Amino acid sequence: MVAVDSLDLEIAQGEFFTLLGPSGSGKTTTLRMIAGFEEPDTGRVELGGRDVTDLAPYDRAVNTVFQDYALFPHMTVGENIEYGMRVTGVAGDERRRRATEALETVRLPGYEDRRPGQLSGGQQQRVALARAIVNRPRVLLLDEPLGALDLKLREQMQVELKSIQQSVGITFVYVTHDQEEALTMSNRIAVFNDGRIEQVAGPTELYERPGNAFVAGFVGVSNLLERDGRRFTVRPEKVLMFDNGSKPSGVHTEDGVIRETAYAGMITRYLVDLDAGGELQVVRQNSEAPSADLGSDRGRKVTIGWRAEHTVAVEGEEESN
Amino acid sequence: MRMSGGSRWALRAGVGLTLAFIYIPLAVVILYAFNESRLLEWPPPGLTLEWFDKAFENQGARDALWASLKAATGATLLAMLLGSLASLAVARHRFFGRETISFLVILPIALPGIVTGMALNSTFTEVLDIDLGLFTIVTAHATFCIVVVYNNVIARLRRMSESFEEASADLGADTWQTFRHVTFPSLRTALVAGALLAFALSFDEIIVTTFTAGTDQTLPIWIFSNLSRPNQLPIVNAVAAIVILLTAIPVYLAHRLTRDESVTGGTGAAGATAVP
Repeated sequence: MVAVDSLDLEIAQGEFFTLLGPSGSGKTTTLRMIAGFEEPDTGRVELGGRDVTDLAPYDRAVNTVFQDYALFPHMTVGENIEYGMRVTGVAGDERRRRATEALETVRLPGYEDRRPGQLSGGQQQRVALARAIVNRPRVLLLDEPLGALDLKLREQMQVELKSIQQSVGITFVYVTHDQEEALTMSNRIAVFNDGRIEQVAGPTELYERPGNAFVAGFVGVSNLLERDGRRFTVRPEKVLMFDNGSKPSGVHTEDGVIRETAYAGMITRYLVDLDAGGELQVVRQNSEAPSADLGSDRGRKVTIGWRAEHTVAVEGEEESN
Repeated sequence: MRMSGGSRWALRAGVGLTLAFIYIPLAVVILYAFNESRLLEWPPPGLTLEWFDKAFENQGARDALWASLKAATGATLLAMLLGSLASLAVARHRFFGRETISFLVILPIALPGIVTGMALNSTFTEVLDIDLGLFTIVTAHATFCIVVVYNNVIARLRRMSESFEEASADLGADTWQTFRHVTFPSLRTALVAGALLAFALSFDEIIVTTFTAGTDQTLPIWIFSNLSRPNQLPIVNAVAAIVILLTAIPVYLAHRLTRDESVTGGTGAAGATAVP
């Protein structure tokens, strides 16, 4: 069993770099190799130009925020945060000063004497973050740190994590399977699949110019079509929908039938079967109140279209699930 | 779960019978320890504390109690050291033969005492040529005391998320610091519970002891050899009552230490154990 096949990654100083992929794609194993919990069979891990492949986790200037936070239950919040400094012999006064500072950074001032068990999930998450950044690591590794939080809190923490990263200036390597989270926070994203990297790019390029069918499907909706032997994808929000019959210029149009509709508040999603073969997902913003009965749209004949520059040629197979 | 009236009645009767079966004989022994008469009459004609006085004054019983306490303490300390090391190795490291070792460590508790006793006796006297005494009793008891310590500690280790230890290493603690500050505090109550059970197990062991004690008398051996002497019987009953008490205390404490504990999550169950 190979968790991670050959990969070559270069992450820049101060970057917010995300490893994105489905579960079992090798992103967490990659993170654990950087932390030193797993040893690569071959290859090297370098940190700031120094080879750390053979160093134990405790000898690497890297800290991790664990998925389950791993806050020590028998220590207070303050003791948890000071732990890294205590075992490396930082003096008591300095330890307390930096712990206070770190708690302020994560917006939990005065929480030193609480026990982890008395905190909510979101607060535990912040303490875990404070415990890691207080050691001023060169690289901070985050293993799906927001996975256990509910949606609202997760969105709020995404913004906060990003601003904390910018203020402390530490390189963040972030693991997630949530493409929206990756797009929101990252400078660059590496898309993992089956132990390999499919593409490394910034959020805009990754979404607008997916390198292959897997990336197109995993980062967004795949919307794959084949016309005249050319396979391409076109993002749902870039597909235009007209009432049957109208043919605007400069747009490639095709006829089809609406198969499904799904109302999602801000937008409505339509799944359209095309007469020329294939199906496309189309998203329309609900800038005007939609008809009360969306179900009536089902089976309606429509003309849809897209601009040539919004299509991206792709190769390879789609994600199977 | 809801139960029908019939099955509820059957369960109650079952529990009642089991408890009666175990505790009525113990109650009889304790009652006879206060019996005024030297004879086992039912019902006892009157109650007295005389036999406890006699038991405390009895040099043989006192020596035997002292020998038992020494043997149980020695066996417990040895079991704590070896049992926790073995459980750490099996729970935290992957190596060839790990499952086999786990099985071999647990096996002695199931082996008939008489076989263990025989085997140890011939090893001590024939192969190693050591005199039987306290040292051989401690070693012999440790063989099955290790099991209870091992089982308690490994159960705790398996419930404890490995990410605590990884987090400690990640924050810069070397292997020893991680053990001292993170692993050990989480294991402490399990270790103490295992030790208390081991102590109780060793304290009243007789079969293996018979083969490894030589001329030393532990308390169970003293009780057994005095049981057949009619004029000693009331004293034996008093000693037996003391043994019941001495054994019940550590078992009760061990039970309290291990119930309702969670070391996997972030809740502060292990909160009572501060870091030194």
